[in-house]
Amino acid sequence: MSIAVYIFVMAGVTYLIRMIPFAFFRKKIKSKFFRSFLYYIPYAVLSAMTIPAIFYSTGSVITSVAGTVVAVVLAYLDLPLIAVALAASGTAFLAGLFC
Amino acid sequence: MKSRFLRGMSHGIPIALGYLSVSFGFGIAAAKCGLSVFAASIISATNLTSAGQAAGIDIIAAGGALIEMVLVQLTINIRYSLMAISLSQKLDKCFTTPHRFAASYGITDEIFAVCSAQKEPLTPAYMYGMILIAFTGWVSGTAMGVSAGQLLPASVSSAMGIVLYGMFLAIIIPPAKKQKNVLFAVLLAAGVSILMRYVFTMISGGFAVIISAVAASALAAVIFPVKDDEEAHE
Repeated sequence: MSIAVYIFVMAGVTYLIRMIPFAFFRKKIKSKFFRSFLYYIPYAVLSAMTIPAIFYSTGSVITSVAGTVVAVVLAYLDLPLIAVALAASGTAFLAGLFC
Repeated sequence: MKSRFLRGMSHGIPIALGYLSVSFGFGIAAAKCGLSVFAASIISATNLTSAGQAAGIDIIAAGGALIEMVLVQLTINIRYSLMAISLSQKLDKCFTTPHRFAASYGITDEIFAVCSAQKEPLTPAYMYGMILIAFTGWVSGTAMGVSAGQLLPASVSSAMGIVLYGMFLAIIIPPAKKQKNVLFAVLLAAGVSILMRYVFTMISGGFAVIISAVAASALAAVIFPVKDDEEAHE
């Protein structure tokens, strides 16, 4: 089968998954439960994606944990996103030099 | 209009930097699957998602059935539907249907995260700015990964693997510090996710995220229903 067919199917499915709810979901949701549910979804999704995957993100648990600790502290201090992200990576890099 | 676009672009810079490293890795993997720079870049440009693409090139390399491709993409990417519904609740009035058709293309984990952290309603220009810069990082990283192979020393590229996760922590920790209901949802989702990873290992990564997030959010919604004034602070 041609690669173009695979790519077309892959892209089509991925687009429809995003587009259909975004384009056709127009009403303000009235249900208190569902509104609360949607309020928590972003935080819960990001938390589930991050933990425990972050501990394996650099290929070494030691450097990942070092980067995670720095990220948690800086995020707790309300530093900007880019500062937290790059400091985590810089820490993992430095930790990698020593182990 | 223009300033919103630029604002979106500036908010997209950390996303683009993270994408550059992740898509570089995808590019290397795509080369191993025998894909050309062109094919891999087209995949990145049309899909704009990491996990789905990584699974997709494996299916291409194995010559899998198209129905398998459909099911795998559905499973891994269905979380975007939840994100799209969530974002649909905070769109500005100027977000007409054609704009929704266009902007929905760019709903990724990271763009969703940054957009949902905004206090004001979302405008198309803001989302386009963010999508454009994220797209640039994602596609150029892919092309570099395939063609240059080892552009970065391994010590640098592996350390860059943590960039996106660091950004996620920077998004969830400040609100979790201030609101105990958010803290509850965050800790519960992390707990369920850990359980999936180490105990229910037969559940794939994409499903694990969905189950963890839905379970944690549903329980948080029952125990801590959100008041309207609280939502305004979102």
